[in-house]
Amino acid sequence: MAASSVAASELLHNMNKQISILYPKASCVIRRISTSSRCHSHSQLKATSAPQQLVGVVGLEIHAQINSSTKLFSGSAVRFSAPPNSMVSFFDASLPGTLPVLNRRCVEAAVMTGLALNCTINQKSFFDRKHYFYADLPAGYQITQQRQPIAVDGTLTYSLLGGKKRSQVIRKNVHIKQVQLEQDSGKSLHDDVRSQTLIDLNRAGVGLMELVMEPDMSCGEEAAAAVRELQLILQALGTCQGNMSEGQLRVDANVSVHRPGEPLGVRTEVKNINSVRYLARAIDYEIQRQIHVLQRGGTVQNETRAYDSKSRETIPMRDKEGLQDYRFMPEPNLPPLIVYEDNASLPTGLDACQAVVVQKIRESLPELPSVKRDRLVQTYGILPEHSFTLVNEDGLVDYFEEVLKATKKEPRKVIGWVTNELLGLLKQQDMSVSQSLISPPALAELLELQEKGHISSSVAKQVLQQMWRSPGKSGSQIIQEQDLGLVSDTSQLHSICQKVVDSHPDEVHAIRNGNKKVLNKLIGLVQKETKGRADPVLVREILQEKTS
Amino acid sequence: MLSLTLKQVSLALREGRISPTELCRRCLNRIKKTQHLNAYISVTEELALKQAEEAESRLLQGAPRGPLDGIPFAVKDNFCTRNIRTTCASRMLRDYAPPYNATVVQKLLDQGAVLVGKTNMDEFAMGSGSTDGVFGPVRNPWSYAAPYREHTGAATAADSEWVITGGSSGGSAAAVASLTSYLALGSDTGGSTRNPGALCGVVALKPTYGLLSRHGLIPLVNSMDVPGILTRSVCDAAMVLGILQGLDIRDSTTIPAPAPLTELPEDLDVKNLFIGIPKEYHAPGLSEETVAQWSYVADMFERAGARVEQVSLPHTQYSIVCYHVLCCAEVASNMARFDGLEYGHRSDVDSSTEAMYASTRHEGFNDVVRGRILSGNYFLLKQNYQHYFVKAQKVRRLIADDFKRVFGSGVDLLLTPTTLTDAARYSDFTQEDNRTRSAQEDVFTQPVNVAGLPAVSLPTALSRRGLPIGLQLIGPALQDKKLLSAAQWIEQRVGFPSISDYEHSSKSRTEREQTSAV
Repeated sequence: MAASSVAASELLHNMNKQISILYPKASCVIRRISTSSRCHSHSQLKATSAPQQLVGVVGLEIHAQINSSTKLFSGSAVRFSAPPNSMVSFFDASLPGTLPVLNRRCVEAAVMTGLALNCTINQKSFFDRKHYFYADLPAGYQITQQRQPIAVDGTLTYSLLGGKKRSQVIRKNVHIKQVQLEQDSGKSLHDDVRSQTLIDLNRAGVGLMELVMEPDMSCGEEAAAAVRELQLILQALGTCQGNMSEGQLRVDANVSVHRPGEPLGVRTEVKNINSVRYLARAIDYEIQRQIHVLQRGGTVQNETRAYDSKSRETIPMRDKEGLQDYRFMPEPNLPPLIVYEDNASLPTGLDACQAVVVQKIRESLPELPSVKRDRLVQTYGILPEHSFTLVNEDGLVDYFEEVLKATKKEPRKVIGWVTNELLGLLKQQDMSVSQSLISPPALAELLELQEKGHISSSVAKQVLQQMWRSPGKSGSQIIQEQDLGLVSDTSQLHSICQKVVDSHPDEVHAIRNGNKKVLNKLIGLVQKETKGRADPVLVREILQEKTS
Repeated sequence: MLSLTLKQVSLALREGRISPTELCRRCLNRIKKTQHLNAYISVTEELALKQAEEAESRLLQGAPRGPLDGIPFAVKDNFCTRNIRTTCASRMLRDYAPPYNATVVQKLLDQGAVLVGKTNMDEFAMGSGSTDGVFGPVRNPWSYAAPYREHTGAATAADSEWVITGGSSGGSAAAVASLTSYLALGSDTGGSTRNPGALCGVVALKPTYGLLSRHGLIPLVNSMDVPGILTRSVCDAAMVLGILQGLDIRDSTTIPAPAPLTELPEDLDVKNLFIGIPKEYHAPGLSEETVAQWSYVADMFERAGARVEQVSLPHTQYSIVCYHVLCCAEVASNMARFDGLEYGHRSDVDSSTEAMYASTRHEGFNDVVRGRILSGNYFLLKQNYQHYFVKAQKVRRLIADDFKRVFGSGVDLLLTPTTLTDAARYSDFTQEDNRTRSAQEDVFTQPVNVAGLPAVSLPTALSRRGLPIGLQLIGPALQDKKLLSAAQWIEQRVGFPSISDYEHSSKSRTEREQTSAV
C-alpha cells in the first residue's frame, strides 16, 4: 500500500483498533476515505459554484474524562474496569450531609487543557447544579460550570490531507467556546429479562472536562480530524487518556444543514459514537439524511439521534419525555474557584502549593502535536503526511528517532520503513509501537546492511518479515542463515544475464530498436532468477552491455 | 445535679462529686421520666453508658480529654451519627443509619462527651414549631412547670393547654430545658435554634456562617445552615463554640477560627459598647411583654453607660419572601437525592423507575416538604429563574448590606426580640399552616441567616403566662466572642430561673403525662 494512503487513513481512523479487525483490508479503508473526501471537496465548492446547494454544519460537544487518581469532588480512586461499586465514597453515593471538596489536580488539568487550546483562563469560575432525575445520578443533580466555566474562547488548529494526491496539508481552525469542569455520572445496566436496572457508581463523580467546539466544521472528515487532533493534544498533556471505546473521550455531534449565507438549519444531536471513524460516518450520514429530508420537502426535527454502527444509520433516541428544564442553580457548597496568574498575584498567607497558578502550568506544557509535526518535517525533511503518521501513533516518533540514531541512512529513506513496513506489521496484529517485536536498533542494523549494499531493498523487506516472525534474531543472522546476501559475483551474474538475454530475443530486439523500457523486464527476470539477491546496479550494467 | 450548667457539672466530675456513669444514668432516667415531651427520637442508652464508662476511667486516671469529658449531650436528628439512625423526623429516613459522624458530633465525641440521644424536630427542619415531624410534636417542658400551670388554672386542663417548643430544633431545646442533657446541637437556617431556645428558656447560639462545619448536617439551605448550640448558660455556649469552631477540609465553606475562644470576661465594661435597636423589628404581632423585655434590657445597657440608639435595617421587611424563594430553591435541589435508590424509604411501586421515584417521594415526604420542593422547582425553572431566584439573591445582598452599613457606622451589636410572643398553645399553633407560621415566627431571626451573621438568643424573663421570653443579640461576622460577652452581661443581670426551681410541683403531672408519650 502506498505510504500516503496509510497516512491518510491513520489520520482519520487508526484509534479504533477493532476496526482493523472488521476491515482488515486497506483498500476498504481507502474507499471509505474517498467518500468523505467527496464531502470535503463539496464544501470547498460551496461558496462559488453552487451557492444554492445544502451543506452540512457540524459542532461538537466533547466530554473528556480527566486523568486523575481521585474523583472531582471526593477521595475515591478512579479506575476503569474496577469491580462494580468498589470506587464509591459517601459523597459519590450522595449520602445526605456529605459535601463536595474540589480536587486540585482536576482544576490543573482543565487549566492545562485550556492553555493548550489557546483559551482564556477565567481567574474566577463557578460551579452550578444541573438537575435531572436519572438512576445513575445519585444526587439528582450534576455539579457543572454553567455560568462561568474555567476556560473560554480558544481555538483548535487541525489539519486534513487534501489535494489530488491527498498529500497536501490543509490547516483548519475550530473555535473552542469553553472548557468546563463537571462530574461524570454512574452507569446503568438494564436487565430487560428481569426488568431491573443495575447501577454502578464507580464512574459517578469522576472529573470531566466538557469542551464545546463551535459549528465551524462542515463534514465528518473535518470533525474526525479535529477530534483526532484533540485526542493527541490531551494525550500529550496527560490530562485525558482519550480512549473513545473506553468512554474516556465521548463525542456528541450537533449537525444541521443550510445553504451558505443563510441562517443555520434545525440541528440534531447525534450521540452514541464511540470511535473517530464512526464519528465521521455518523455525521456524513446525518448530513445526507437531513438533505434528503429537506429535498423531499420535509422538515428536520430538533431531536437526539443515536448512531447505530451496525446499520451505519442515525436513529431517533427515545427522548426523555418532553423538554428538560435543568433548573440550574449555583452550587452553594463550593466557593468560587479562583486561579492565580503567577506567584506574585497570590494573596498573602496562601501557600503556593495550595493554589492553582496558571504561569506554572503554562511553563510545564509539553510539545504539542502540531509543533512536533512541524519540527519533524523541518528537521528530517520528511513529507508532512509522514509527520501525521508518526505523531498519530503513540510512540512512533520516538521509535523513528531511535532508528535514525543508529543508522547513517537519510531520514527521508528511513521514514517509509517506519510508517509503512513496521506500522503495517503492527497493524496486522493490532499491536502498539511499544509492543513491537523489532526494536529500533534492530531495524537500524537492517537498514545499514541495505544502505551498504549487502542486501537489496526487496530482500530487506523479506528479512524484516522474518525478523518479525522470529523475534530475537538479527537481520544479519537471517541473511547469513538463508544466504540472502547480494549476488555481486560478476561472472555468476554475467552467466545468468546471458541466459536471460538468450531466451528473450524479442525483448533484446526491442531494446536495440530503442525501446529502453523493456530493459526493466529483463532486470526483473534476472532478479526472479536470483530471488531478488542480484546487485541491481551490476545487473543493469551487464544487461545494458549485452543488449547494446 | 441535673440542673447545673455545663461548666459546673464539668467541675463536679473533676472533683469526683459525681461519676460520668452516674451522671449518664440520671440523665437517661430523666429522659424516661420526660418521655411525654417527645424530645427524643432515639435514645442511645447502651452506647451512652459505654461512653460514660470510658470517660470514667479517664477521669479516674486524672486524664480527661477536656472539659466535656463525661458530659451527656443530645443531637438534633439531622446530624449524621455513625450507625445510629438519623431520621430528620421523616418517613424518608425513618430507618436510615449513616455510616459516618458529622464533624461537629465527632468533635464532641473526641472530647469524651456522652451522646444520650437524637432529638425530635420538624421534618427536614422545615418548620418553626417542632410540630411537623413524623414522630409527632415536641412539648415545651414549661407547659408542665408551676408558673404556667398556675396561670392556666385547672391542672386537669393541661393536656389540651400544652405549648409548643418552637422549632425546628424543638427537641434539642426541650432536652436542655428539661434537664436531660447539658448541651444539645441544633441547626439554624432561619432561626431554628434560636426560636426554640427562646421559647424553652435556654441559651441558643447561631455562630457566624462558616465557623462550624456543616459536614454531616443533612442540609435544609446550604447557604444559610449553621449548626446551633443550645446550653443553659452563655458561658457554656462559648465553651462549646470554642471546641466546635474552625476549618474543616470536608466543608469548603468553613473558615479558620479568628482566634481560639478563651473565657468570656466575667465583668464586661459596657461603657464602650454601642447597642443598636433596629426600628424595623417593632413588627406587627410583637407582644407587649416582649417589647417590655426588650426595652428593659436596652435601658439596662444604657444605664450601665452603653450607647443605645435606634438604627434602621430597611430591607428587613423583604427578608421573609427572599428567604422563602431561596429556601425552597435549595430544598428542591437538596431533596432530589431522596429517590429511594441508594438509601432511605423505597416505595413498593415498581412499574417503572419514574413511578418508583414518584411514589417514594410522595410517601416519604410530608406536605410541607413536598410543598417546598414544588415551589422551589418552580422558582428554578428557566423562565422563572431571573424573576425569583436572581431577584431573591439581590434582595439577600441588600439585607446583608443593611447589617454591614449599621455595623460599619460604629454599632457593636444589635438587640432585638427573638420571637414575637412566648410559646403558643399547640392547639392554637396548628390553626395556621406551616408556611404561614414559619413566615411569622422567623421574622426576627431569618435576616441573620440571610446575612451569615452570628446571633444568640437568651431567656430574660417569664411572661405573665409563666413562659420564657427571649431576646436576641446580633453581631458582625466573626464577632461571636463579643456577642457572647454581651449576652453573658445580660444573663448575669436578668436572673432567669431554672425549670428545676419549679420541679416539685410538676412531678405528679410528669407521671400522669407519660401515657401520652410516643
